[in-house]
Amino acid sequence: MSAEVKPDRTGPAGAFWSALDGGRLEFQRCRACGAAQLPAREECTACLSPDLAWEAAQGGATLISWVVYHRPYHEAFKDRIPYNVAVVELDEGPRLISNILAPNDSLRIDMPLRLELGESFGQTIPQFRPRVPTG
Amino acid sequence: MTLSGTCVIAGIGATAFGKHPGRSSVSLNVEAIRAALSDARVDKDRVDALFVKPPTSDFQMLYTVKVASALGIQPRMGGAWDQGGAANATLISIACMAIEAGQIDIAVVSFADNPRTGNAAVYARPRGDDSLYGWFGTLPGYAMIMQRHIGEFRTPPEAFGAIAMAARNHGVRNPKAQVRNPLNMDDYLAADPLVAPLRRDDCTLISDGGGAVVIMSAKKAAELGVDAPVPILGWGYGQTFYEVAYRRDMTSTMAQTSGATALKMAGLTPQDVDCVQIYDCFTIAALMTLEDYGFCQKGQAADFVKDGALMQDGALPFNTSGGLLSETGMPGMQLIHEGVRQMRGTSVNQVKGAGNVVISNQGGVMQTHSTLVLGQ
Repeated sequence: MSAEVKPDRTGPAGAFWSALDGGRLEFQRCRACGAAQLPAREECTACLSPDLAWEAAQGGATLISWVVYHRPYHEAFKDRIPYNVAVVELDEGPRLISNILAPNDSLRIDMPLRLELGESFGQTIPQFRPRVPTG
Repeated sequence: MTLSGTCVIAGIGATAFGKHPGRSSVSLNVEAIRAALSDARVDKDRVDALFVKPPTSDFQMLYTVKVASALGIQPRMGGAWDQGGAANATLISIACMAIEAGQIDIAVVSFADNPRTGNAAVYARPRGDDSLYGWFGTLPGYAMIMQRHIGEFRTPPEAFGAIAMAARNHGVRNPKAQVRNPLNMDDYLAADPLVAPLRRDDCTLISDGGGAVVIMSAKKAAELGVDAPVPILGWGYGQTFYEVAYRRDMTSTMAQTSGATALKMAGLTPQDVDCVQIYDCFTIAALMTLEDYGFCQKGQAADFVKDGALMQDGALPFNTSGGLLSETGMPGMQLIHEGVRQMRGTSVNQVKGAGNVVISNQGGVMQTHSTLVLGQ
């Protein structure tokens, strides 16, 4: 299996990754109904309007859930084991897959998080750190 | 008009479960269908509908036509249904509706796949752009939901262990089951996590094999003298969002709608149900389905499943042939077969006095759901 891991920039996801190249985590805001969404799509899932704008996330978020990989599904990640993958909810509403920059055994459901940009395989990615120190 | 009880499962048939090196999925379908037709004592030329769940590990165009060609039949209706592991139950209900609409007389629903000796890459593929975070595979999606359930409801590991133990310890007595060594709670808790919080015994088997059923009207079954027709009393469906991350409520699924619809059609409440065959690809899926079907309140499954409640002689006998966790990893047909055996009184773990059985099928990472209720 190829060790190369990179995002697919075709379609509406291209703008998401381009914003991250510029150091910003952005989500889509519907100009017609105001709904916020990720992942990027061609239409708003609330009102189906194609009139979508990009808005920068302020950085506050909450931990919805997480898992810890104890075996690699891809050779590029075998040196990271055990590593976490989390579902994070931005304060603005959209959710995304991410990693939490904290010991795996310190993670708690609904813990407050703060955005911290990181890097994975040369691509800037949004990661998150607990907002208060944990034991 | 209600269709409850108007159609029956007239025959069931399956291959052996486990490894079938060198066999194509078409060949495994043919073997299962031959067995099901023999069980129903129906000649293949009387089959006028063939519905197939496409093989998960080798999705193909016009797959049903290939199976029909291998069977040497030209049915009126045919097609594959893409609903993941919910497809078999749904296809049975579609057969019932087509029969009652007068389009067909006798339908076969079939599934076969060979991911164990063939190619299981489909279960490990990256999930969209999230591969940069290390997000790969089907199994971790269930782990994500399980962690949320644990966090929201303080669900202890022993609740998941009770489900794994019920499936396995029923499978121990099933000579066709792929994994038959007994499982106790200490074994369950001691196994290393694969993707935490999922432990080894929370996870489905991966199996080659096939299974089929024959469906016709109750009237036709009487006319043909079918030995043990099992009435189909109810069905229902539900579907939720594709990406696990974007479901607002991660710990409930559209199994709620599916189960409620099927039970209402069958004229039953959860309290009336004698026996269940619940899709147990991962213990969290089975645990949430028990909640979503209303056998207990949301978040209360830990209390519900303890003290052997899911065993053959418990309050709600569960997966009495071993399910996906013990009998075979086949996505759902084995649960329907076991439901039929319970209604015929021929299960290796027969539930005394069982007059009905509820079967769940679900697919993907709990995106799709389909429910069947069978009676006597």
